Amino acid sequence: MPIEFPTLNFAALSPILIVIVAAFLVMLLELFVTDKRVLGYFSLAGLGIATVASFMMFGLATPPVFQAMLVSDGYALILNLIFIVTAALSILISLSYLGDRELQRGEYYALLLFSTSGMMLMGAATDLIIVFMGLEIMSIALYILAAFNRQQLGSGEAGMKYFVLGAFASAFFLYGVALVYGATGSTQLQAIGGWFTADRGTLGDIARVGLSLLLVGFAFKVAAVPFQWWTPDVYHGSPTSVTAFMSVGAKAAGFAALIRLLMVSFNEVFTLDWQIAVAVLAVVTMTVGNIAALAQRDVKRMLAYSSIAHAGYILVGVAPGTMEGVKGVLFYLMSYAFMNIGAFAVIAVLERRSTVGSAISDYAGLAIRKPLLAFAMLLFMVSLTGIPPFIGFWGKLYVFRAAVEAGMSWLAVVGVINSAISAFYYLGIVVQMYMRPVIAEDMEEAAGLNLTGPMVITLAVAAVVTVIFGIWPAPLVDLTALAAFG
Amino acid sequence: MTLSLLILIPIIGAIVVAFMPRSRPEAIKWAAFTTSLVALAVSFPLYFAFIDGLAGYQFEETYAWIPALNISYHVGIDGLSLFLVLLTTFLTAVSILSSWTAITENLKEYMALMLLLEAAVIGVFVALDLFLFYVFWEASLIPMALLIGRWGGERRIYAAVKFIIYTMAGSALMLVAALAIYIWGGTSDVPALAASLNLPANLQIWLFFAFALAFAVKVPLFPLHTWLPAAHVEAPTAGSIMLAGVLLKLGTYGFMRFAIPFFPEAVAFWTPLLVTLSVIGILYGALVALVQEDIKSLVAYSSVAHMGFIVLGIFSGGQQGMSGAVLQMVNHGLSTGMLFYMVGVLYEQRHTRLFREYGGIWVKVPVFGVFFLLAVFSSVGLPGLNGFVGEFVILLGTFRVNWIAAAFGTFGIVLAAWYLLTAVRRLMFGPFNPANNRLKDMNGREILIALSLVIFFFVIGLFPNLLFNKINPATAQLAELINTVTLLAGQ
Repeated sequence: MPIEFPTLNFAALSPILIVIVAAFLVMLLELFVTDKRVLGYFSLAGLGIATVASFMMFGLATPPVFQAMLVSDGYALILNLIFIVTAALSILISLSYLGDRELQRGEYYALLLFSTSGMMLMGAATDLIIVFMGLEIMSIALYILAAFNRQQLGSGEAGMKYFVLGAFASAFFLYGVALVYGATGSTQLQAIGGWFTADRGTLGDIARVGLSLLLVGFAFKVAAVPFQWWTPDVYHGSPTSVTAFMSVGAKAAGFAALIRLLMVSFNEVFTLDWQIAVAVLAVVTMTVGNIAALAQRDVKRMLAYSSIAHAGYILVGVAPGTMEGVKGVLFYLMSYAFMNIGAFAVIAVLERRSTVGSAISDYAGLAIRKPLLAFAMLLFMVSLTGIPPFIGFWGKLYVFRAAVEAGMSWLAVVGVINSAISAFYYLGIVVQMYMRPVIAEDMEEAAGLNLTGPMVITLAVAAVVTVIFGIWPAPLVDLTALAAFG
Repeated sequence: MTLSLLILIPIIGAIVVAFMPRSRPEAIKWAAFTTSLVALAVSFPLYFAFIDGLAGYQFEETYAWIPALNISYHVGIDGLSLFLVLLTTFLTAVSILSSWTAITENLKEYMALMLLLEAAVIGVFVALDLFLFYVFWEASLIPMALLIGRWGGERRIYAAVKFIIYTMAGSALMLVAALAIYIWGGTSDVPALAASLNLPANLQIWLFFAFALAFAVKVPLFPLHTWLPAAHVEAPTAGSIMLAGVLLKLGTYGFMRFAIPFFPEAVAFWTPLLVTLSVIGILYGALVALVQEDIKSLVAYSSVAHMGFIVLGIFSGGQQGMSGAVLQMVNHGLSTGMLFYMVGVLYEQRHTRLFREYGGIWVKVPVFGVFFLLAVFSSVGLPGLNGFVGEFVILLGTFRVNWIAAAFGTFGIVLAAWYLLTAVRRLMFGPFNPANNRLKDMNGREILIALSLVIFFFVIGLFPNLLFNKINPATAQLAELINTVTLLAGQ
């Protein structure tokens, strides 16, 4: 009997492979390079090649490869771009942020690339085992990155907390996989969906429990309420460049796998169950995130809570379970990558070396001290609030549109009310920057602010994208239209 | 092209101003003022090119914007918006000129924001796509809030935050309602929606509420008005002129452009409430204005009352009231804008707006006195000036359908005369307050500003048909729509 080899389609996975190879090369080069920033630039180059590969793959739709474990469909490719942008902007921040704190080390960039490859795997996985692998590759790298600033107690705490609670989430997730596998006999997403075509009685209920456990696992990763408790401490304690990376990347990766699971496997079964569950998650996540953010006095913590709220807005796009909703989520994640990382870049610039995070009052009179920096922050804050003509508005419009279209207008109503609440704290920063007087000692410190090349590039790219695609969102909308599940 | 140019010119001007060196304040001022003059010069011929007697939109432009979502860049004007566009370009130029010596700090940012505000407001008035409208509507918020919060008075932060929170909360629901009709109608094109949208009556009632809430906050209608006095008192003079002159009109304009044409069957349901609230606003605004110690907050409360008249006219249900309302939007922009400006002239010299700091100053500043009196006369509706025509037509239109509301409204006019003339007495006459010994009369620039406004008082007051001819076709169409719906409902 001849042995049949599965066809190995490496081309379909080229973006992921390029990132992984780049990560290994960074580790190798680390031995020979003394100025570790070179490794950062090298990583950027690797991400650049992965971008090209992703774009080239758009035309070449392939069926799931490697025994239907991975796929390179429009959905995965758009997510690749989101992860690459997130990683690239974070590396740019790191290049100057780490240097200021004497954290500039080679393994940092390797870990960041590994984490990125994990995210990309989650976006492309069509098998729960691969989803889990991606999840772990991403998370383990992030645990280390969170604790990267060993001199700071807060950073160690962040790493530890993230690790313990992340392990919990993984356990939930695995248990869910086990139950689904036990019931359906498969971990392949399409096969799971196919199994339900007949009435399965009690076994179906086991799968339902499995689905809810999977949902809990993802809710941990995307920081949805009530599984958000780790978020503020982890985001606050981690080096700001890492916070920027995980606040967008880990969230996007969690949503990526969750949406594929719901849309491919549970597209026709238990739909009402998970729609209600996701809708409820969305409502509490938005509301709790926003209200908690109102009370914060530290900008980093405030953005941590606001990122919880944004997970809620994104869930509004997931709940309808329609392709329009998926496109909305992709657009939202893309917009969120730019405006949120931009905001963290400003925080990274202003953060004092001695302490973790920065008090909101540190921003007093920033418009006088550093007009351009303040203006960039103004753009990000306004965009995060969802005020046009900035990119954040279109993200919200897109997901709310999907909700209204699916007859879930009430969810959109909760969403817009939450947006109005969020104006209070986002614009609180604007008030500090533009309406409060400067404090004299801050004025002196302003002279020493480290606005080096990479940081300026990050801010400029984020600000320009926030504005340009805010005025003319059509190209990004057209890009999301390519989303499809292979 | 003209309408797009009107949006683009101020934006380009703002960018240019933003890149000018801080050390050249004169150049910055001239650049900003020139930009506003160019916009004014471009907008003015619209009046002559606008064809009378046409009910539809003119100067329309349509470009693809987000084709995948069927959202396009569509602009155009009709009789409702023509004069509001002209008012905006005119008042922006006035505002910038009025800031010539009043603003010294961060002049560059100030001028850039004024121009961005102009672009956003013109955008609201010309937008004929639901989402294009929403973008401009929300975009007008940030420049105004920054103007108040950065260059305002002592409690400026409180006022700016209150302004933002009220307006944002008000317009949040409007976005969902806009999405709902966009999905229902399959397009976000305003004329197409107005023509084809046939929503069930009870849905219309809800969606009308969502839109009306946003507009009522902006107008502001009692009891949603509390942000207005705070914002006005704290805003710099030019900010107040823009706020009272054009930003409040966004609300009343919204009622006529969106709420009524989209949801005609809901109008009958909401009219009693809206009329009652506007009558309360007229009386309440007037009574509160009577007891103010601060001149600016008196003018602010008078705005609440005057805007009540406009809403009353809109919901009188007839063409007459609506035409009066559109005219009164222009009138209120001119006369209240001028009142705020006159207060600003005093404030710039004395840095106080309290009545008790003034008194008997007519002898020191007779030119100022004459102009202030003219602004007051225009505001109280003295026959021969613009305010009279607007209020009279509104009351006439209201009287036909609701004589009680009209009677209260008339009483409001009496009250307006009372508090405004009292203001004149306390400011100009009575014993001379020696603190004002060094008060200087208006200089050439200030007289130029005042004169340019006063000319329009007389032109509109004496030849109102110059405006009505262009307003009437649009309001006639709107009134016709409401009549048809009422007739159908009666059957």
